[in-house]
Amino acid sequence: MQIKEQPKEYDVCIVGSGAGGGMAAYQLANAGIKVALVEAGPFYDPAKPEYQTQLKWPWESPRRGAGSTREFGDFDAALGGWEIEGEPYTRKDGTQFDWFRSHMLGGRTNHWGRISLRFGPLDFKRKDHDGQGDNWPISYQDVAPYYDKVDQLIGVFGSREQIPNEPDGFFLPPPKPRLHELYYINAAKKSNIPVIPARLSILTRPINKKRGVCFYCRQCSRGCRVYADFSSSSVLVLPALETNNVDLYVNSVVREVTTNQEGKATGVSYISKEDMQEYKIKSKIVIMAASACSSARILLNSKSSQHPNGLGNSSDVLGKYLHDSTGASKAGFVPALMNRGRHNEDGVGGMHVYTPWWLNDKKLDFSRGYHIEVWGGMGMPSYGFGFGVSDMNRFVKDASGYTTGGYGSKLKEDARRFYGSVIGMSGRGECIARKENYCEIDPNVVDKYGIPVLRFHYNWSDQEVKQARHMQDTFEEILTNMGAEILGNKPGADSDYGLAAPGRIIHEVGTTRMGDNPKTSVTNINCQLHDVDNVFVVDGGPFVSQADKNPTWTILALSWRASDHIIDQLKKMNI
Amino acid sequence: MDRRDTIKSILLGSVAGGLVLQGCKTEVEEKPATTDNSTSEPGGGYGRVPEEIARDKALMAQEFFNEHEMATITVLADIILPADANSGSAGDAEVPAFIGFIVKDMPSHQVPIRGGWMWVDHEANARDGLTFVKCSAQQQIAIVDDIAYPDTVKPQHSQGAKFFSLMRDLTMTGFYTTKIGIDDLGFIGNTPNVWDGVPEEELQKHGLAYDQDWLVRCINQEQRAKDPVWDELGNLIG
Repeated sequence: MQIKEQPKEYDVCIVGSGAGGGMAAYQLANAGIKVALVEAGPFYDPAKPEYQTQLKWPWESPRRGAGSTREFGDFDAALGGWEIEGEPYTRKDGTQFDWFRSHMLGGRTNHWGRISLRFGPLDFKRKDHDGQGDNWPISYQDVAPYYDKVDQLIGVFGSREQIPNEPDGFFLPPPKPRLHELYYINAAKKSNIPVIPARLSILTRPINKKRGVCFYCRQCSRGCRVYADFSSSSVLVLPALETNNVDLYVNSVVREVTTNQEGKATGVSYISKEDMQEYKIKSKIVIMAASACSSARILLNSKSSQHPNGLGNSSDVLGKYLHDSTGASKAGFVPALMNRGRHNEDGVGGMHVYTPWWLNDKKLDFSRGYHIEVWGGMGMPSYGFGFGVSDMNRFVKDASGYTTGGYGSKLKEDARRFYGSVIGMSGRGECIARKENYCEIDPNVVDKYGIPVLRFHYNWSDQEVKQARHMQDTFEEILTNMGAEILGNKPGADSDYGLAAPGRIIHEVGTTRMGDNPKTSVTNINCQLHDVDNVFVVDGGPFVSQADKNPTWTILALSWRASDHIIDQLKKMNI
Repeated sequence: MDRRDTIKSILLGSVAGGLVLQGCKTEVEEKPATTDNSTSEPGGGYGRVPEEIARDKALMAQEFFNEHEMATITVLADIILPADANSGSAGDAEVPAFIGFIVKDMPSHQVPIRGGWMWVDHEANARDGLTFVKCSAQQQIAIVDDIAYPDTVKPQHSQGAKFFSLMRDLTMTGFYTTKIGIDDLGFIGNTPNVWDGVPEEELQKHGLAYDQDWLVRCINQEQRAKDPVWDELGNLIG
């Protein structure tokens, strides 16, 4: 097969159009730099009718919104999932890691929860406090100016709370709590657990002329036709394209970073999904933003005589220190919420209130924390609505005399009276990054493009399991405080206290971690490979630790910071 | 945003340089008029990618249930959710057609439902010498009463109860995801609006009130169209 070269030479080639790649494309393009942005999946723009799932009704889907082809349901904007046909990955030593991929313009920013939390001062230096893992080589002060800029460019609502490890930002005002969130606030208060307004990148007031203001349909995960929430495609990539400095390559699956005899990167090679042929793009600089694991995979596959262990892997750390957030959930039925009055409480796409980690100063049998996300309310029915609704009669002894099960008009009455009476909470916590959790190239397996695939090795430690136990106890206490009947059995040690399998929370980071020492890290403080100065990584890969915070806001801040460095170096002609 | 400018700079993977936009293919293909959204509207009517449209088309072209099975499903769905003063029946909401589709979409339902029907017909035959659909309403209800209450079911009917619970779940979901069901439920939403907190009467009913220290932090919706102004520290001052 002949490899064809694209005729144009770019200043920068960016691999991936999610949060990190979108931000880099936006910053570089606006600085007049010529960019090739390479995306493995198709184009996507929720403002165009052919992509819209927002404001559709359940009956517009023959499966009523079920997740038969899209992991989070038929109306979810994100393509892909934990399993993609023709694109396998493998696991090692009986361990489990589930890898979520979304190949499309904007990547996984099309369905994320828009939870936009800054890492705090403590989050960058956890080792100083508990002796575990490693400190970041940079501190909150280094990133804070970029968080400030991201807040103002993209928009995030929240409230200024002066909580030491939950830094405040340039917030838009948050929406008022919904009814079930008021129940949560009061119940948490009884246990001295703090609750504050959520911090989500959704526009409650206008940020610029290109984006509208939230109209409260609760459907951010479907992609917003007025761009009132953040997704990389809507907010960064489309404006970057308007500069005419970006060529967007869609349906282009990058195989490897190409290098010259000096070992410097010369661009990338990719397989086009259109004709299954291999092509090359030439560029002075390559920016990896394909997601923590995809970027690691491409770099590991970029072997040459100068880089026999993969590109940027002289340390043998590439792919290691992979870590995802911990997660566990619990729900309860609240009898006081039976027979609710109806009103439109859709609100924004996600929670209006949440609990940041509140026990930093307390000695526990695990060392890192978690935050609590709250859910409930009278949501729009979709596939699964009404399943087992009459089971709730187990908890209700009233004049109706209704039992579990049954048939007839009584079922309709059950559907009405129990509607919106369940409240749930989910913990999202920090896993300690460890070298033993990693991805590597499987020596025996390729995907349908002929590219060697990743093999994962991942175990939770006692730290994460004990954290999940604490979540379960806390959720039970809060639910009990609100008079709830707890649904489902309490998971015990035999099921790691309901701790979700690694990869299920989709916050995986750490595979190209940054550090000052080239022997123990892959990238430097500018997200630049120690081994090759014209390759950068701006996805979750450079994270040393992930805090209990969702990683997107930090990916955006670090990508902007790295972009500023690249612009500066290009001007000085240092790269 | 000028859409043409955006599209101009999108390149397909291949060198050919044709400025075809993959996701728009359905826009330009001429299709005969049909009531099936999946082929007449761009994105299949709700943001489908070509692979999904093809999958649905293939599913629609198949039949899983035979006529007898569809007839039985129709009878049982209307027993589960009959018409009443509040709303129409499962049949009115076209629940049987939904169940006919969902078993093709989710093949894991196929054996439990087909086998469940065989169980029910066997039971009807043993009791009354007829298949379930041929039984009188009274005979049908007698069987249903034996399998509709999973917490008190007799051991000899436990498999039937399992089947009935699945049928109840699918009937409920099929019903409440239609306009008839959503109107019955009283869901209000899925439309542009401005959220400004729980209505006062609802707060009172639950003995709740918004704390002033919460309200001062939340948005004043009269300012929702106003550009935000922050001071240097990030305080919202206008």
